[in-house]
Amino acid sequence: MPLADSNPASPSPAIRLREVAKRFSSSGPDILAPLNLDIAPGEFVSVLGPSGCGKSTLLRLMSGLDAPSAGELRLGGRAPAQCDDLAYVFQDATLLPWLKVGPNVETLLRLRRMPAGERARRRDAALTLVRLADRADAYPRQLSGGQRMRVSLARALALEPRVLLLDEPFGALDEMTRDHLGEELLAIHERQRWTAVFVTHSVAEAVFLSSRILVLAARPGRIAHDFRVELPHPRTHQLRRDPAYLSLVAEVSDRLRSVEPVETAA
Amino acid sequence: MNPRLIRWLLPVVLAVLALVGWQLLHHALPPSRRFLLPDLMRLAAAFRDHGADLLSAARYTALAALAGFGLAAVVSVGASLLLASSALVRAALYPYLMALQMVPVIIIAPILILWVGPGAPSVIIVTFLISFFPLVVNTTQGLLSVDRAHLDLFRMGRASKWQELFLLRAPAALPYFFTGLRISAILAPIGALTADYLVGSTTGGRSGLGITALIFSSRNEIPGLYATALVGCVLGFLLVAIVSTLGWLALRRWHDSYAGDHK
Repeated sequence: MPLADSNPASPSPAIRLREVAKRFSSSGPDILAPLNLDIAPGEFVSVLGPSGCGKSTLLRLMSGLDAPSAGELRLGGRAPAQCDDLAYVFQDATLLPWLKVGPNVETLLRLRRMPAGERARRRDAALTLVRLADRADAYPRQLSGGQRMRVSLARALALEPRVLLLDEPFGALDEMTRDHLGEELLAIHERQRWTAVFVTHSVAEAVFLSSRILVLAARPGRIAHDFRVELPHPRTHQLRRDPAYLSLVAEVSDRLRSVEPVETAA
Repeated sequence: MNPRLIRWLLPVVLAVLALVGWQLLHHALPPSRRFLLPDLMRLAAAFRDHGADLLSAARYTALAALAGFGLAAVVSVGASLLLASSALVRAALYPYLMALQMVPVIIIAPILILWVGPGAPSVIIVTFLISFFPLVVNTTQGLLSVDRAHLDLFRMGRASKWQELFLLRAPAALPYFFTGLRISAILAPIGALTADYLVGSTTGGRSGLGITALIFSSRNEIPGLYATALVGCVLGFLLVAIVSTLGWLALRRWHDSYAGDHK
């Protein structure tokens, strides 16, 4: 498998990390070892790795919620804090319970003081994408977990992002809902072609969704494997029974196991 | 049977049982001690004989309770915003806030009489002091108890401090504010009654239930005292009902504890 970060020919990566490291105290250990990474525009990259390997930390650095301790991180040439076309989907839906679905989708647009007309247009478009246009007047507590996550996705898509960062967004859902949402997410990606970085614990989910998979190793967090997923598009649920898909899932699982410390070791 | 009906009926059944028990106990006492638990007929007579006085006193106390309670509600919002603004402000002010609650009313009362004089303003100030603490503690807690992920969301959206306050912290604090209101709604009428007893004016027609209780107790009119206590309770229930209704109106659509369907 070719290593993408050994390919500096890529003209302008959507996300570029150069020697980016993170530690939480100056004397503490590196959570992330200095790492280099280029992600091309439109790529769908999943990040797998054992707990504590720094997957979520990596995502928070890309989002600008945390700053790297060293190195340079650029999204389309700019620092994350200067990016208006960056959206983040949290582990939980993090909807505001006192707002209906519609205003929830508009929340981030309101923070930007976008005019109401433009807000409404984007809200309707985003809710249509996640097939919840008819639930705009419901309160979050009236929705199922899967629907809430869809609204959360719509809120991110309403920003019309060029980079979408997703931190285990489907982790709390049952497997059926999770598969459905994955298929829908992929369908939206194929239409809109934003760059996605998707943190997950599920190998099957990563292989199904991604064009590329990073396997991180822990202590310090570093990129242990960098796969390309050469499965055809568009991908539908039939792919889940495809032998090529299944053998890739097995292969990635083996690689993940090789970096995962054995839990029972004393 | 309808569970809502049962929830309304239970306290009523209990009240009837208590009244029957009361009357039985009255007759069980030796005749020389029966004044301790007056005959229910004499209690009814107290309402009949002093009804007009009780009503005017109740109105006075109700207005004082509302004024002190309302003032506490408004001031507590400002104070909570101040306290929630920084940990340093909290560290500096919190001990004094507690001290305010710790000083007994019987010590505040004579000082108030010196400063303000007996009458409505003093009664309202005491009621305010009693209602203030639960409100400010709960509301401050609410402003600080914002979900970390929601704060991250607002940071990602590069929200200003004001946007964070009005679009996130204030609505998140609303259920806490109503919890404070419900506690203070119980305290405010008691506070107004006690304050009236301690710092109320005795000039005709401008006194509340505290003065009424004072008069009944000086005359050893036990049924009148019980009647005064009942009227005070009714005031408390009314204020709690008003606050609960407001809370329900504000929160029923999104907050589980008010929505009532235990979803």
